[in-house]
Amino acid sequence: MQRYSGWRVLREGLAGNRNWQPAWRSPSPKPRYDVVIIGGGGHGLATAYYLAKNHNITNVAVLERGWIGGGNTGRNTTVIRSNYFYPESIALFQHSIDLYENLSKELNYNIMFSQRGLVSTGHTRHDMELMARWAGVMQAHGVDADLIDVAEVKRRLPRLVTEHVHLPVLGGFAQKRAGTARHDAVAWGYARGADALGVDIIQNCEVQAFVKNSAGRVTSVKTNLGEIGTDTIVLSVAGNSSVLAKAAGFDLPVTSMTLQAFVSEPLKPVLDTIFLSLATGLYVSQSDKGGLVFGGGLDIYNSYGQRGGFPVAQQVIGALTEHFPSFGRVRLLRQWGGTVDIVHDSSPILGHTPVPGLLINCGWGTGGFKAIPAGGWLMAYHVATGQPHQIAAPFGLSRFETGRFIDEAAGAGIAH
Amino acid sequence: MLIPCPFCGPRDMSEFRCGGQSAIVRPVPAQQVSDEAWSNYMFMRPNPRGVLAERWVHQGGCGTWFNILRNTVSHEIMAVYAIDAAPPELKP
Repeated sequence: MQRYSGWRVLREGLAGNRNWQPAWRSPSPKPRYDVVIIGGGGHGLATAYYLAKNHNITNVAVLERGWIGGGNTGRNTTVIRSNYFYPESIALFQHSIDLYENLSKELNYNIMFSQRGLVSTGHTRHDMELMARWAGVMQAHGVDADLIDVAEVKRRLPRLVTEHVHLPVLGGFAQKRAGTARHDAVAWGYARGADALGVDIIQNCEVQAFVKNSAGRVTSVKTNLGEIGTDTIVLSVAGNSSVLAKAAGFDLPVTSMTLQAFVSEPLKPVLDTIFLSLATGLYVSQSDKGGLVFGGGLDIYNSYGQRGGFPVAQQVIGALTEHFPSFGRVRLLRQWGGTVDIVHDSSPILGHTPVPGLLINCGWGTGGFKAIPAGGWLMAYHVATGQPHQIAAPFGLSRFETGRFIDEAAGAGIAH
Repeated sequence: MLIPCPFCGPRDMSEFRCGGQSAIVRPVPAQQVSDEAWSNYMFMRPNPRGVLAERWVHQGGCGTWFNILRNTVSHEIMAVYAIDAAPPELKP
């Protein structure tokens, strides 16, 4: 692997930038792999990377129907935070932030992780009580969370309107370690890292069917590039989890819905903190390029359309201009939608499925991007050891039979 | 998306709420239902990429609950039928 550095940029620049190599290979699939990962998004690529790096399992293929990072990894609003409520979720998302903090260095790839902090605002007495309880739980688990007063909210968000409006701000809750990262770079960094360790990343390869032996164990997958044999498959296909689960012969407690996102024209720096309102569900941050990246609620109906409906767009844009009237005449550059896996308790599903040899990583709902390092790290652990890691164990599919839910409706941040 | 309410005719989707998959059958008798069957009834959903039978309510209008067959990719609505009726056959 060609290492990236300032010195390298200078040297290659002096040579006319003619000697840069592709960041990963484009191999043809081998007839057999030890592990096949379906889905070349952040989670799938991270799983491959950690399998190779942490567990020395390198005969691995990542099969991607389109191009890597072209699904939800490239469609989210790039927020990384760990302000969840239940101990299981806090452990999971905190593990992810811990990995994100060192990721640029580890991958030798700048993912532009900017820990600019996040402020959630409360607009009613009930919001304030909820936040006090929420921040208290986080502090008890050693995760940074501070209740802040209106003056501090105003200091961090000078453009936010706090009084004489329909939704006055009564206070807030800040997480300093939260931030944003360049989403494409996360996918590309993991892809480059995994490829350098011997993983085959195969794009434009669509899985069409699963082949099982008489014991019901998966033995290979049929793809448009031929049949690929394997003992272990990891499904990591957010949005299409149910479709592939169905092809493998089981149902999931997942509903696919659209989450919309928006970006404005680039502006001079106006917002250096991530903002989230508990009243309207709006979240907004300013990208390094200057665009206001924002989103809000889900379109609450089944959809694989990767585009949202107008009523939700209107509600989200309305909320932006209500909280920040000075953004009212900023022009919108793009609007898009991603298909997300919605689960009843707003928590992911990690681990075993009813099909032996087939593991699943799905159900991240509206917040899978922030969990990419943890999702990949934990799935790699499960593949290598045959058992879920203790952080992942509570998130098994069996909870829908045992009733041991981790109901993060509030922590998920987006109304479901 | 325009949704054809059986009473009010086609109206904007903002007047409606989706009630999810229709015709989910509760397993009985309760004492004999296994944990697996109950879990399937409560949580497992086919979630097809294609035609789905689902319930909607005209919440901001006449209040009627009804069923539709809708394509989950194109959002095209193929049929509208009463809340207690069986889905009509679709012409191929």
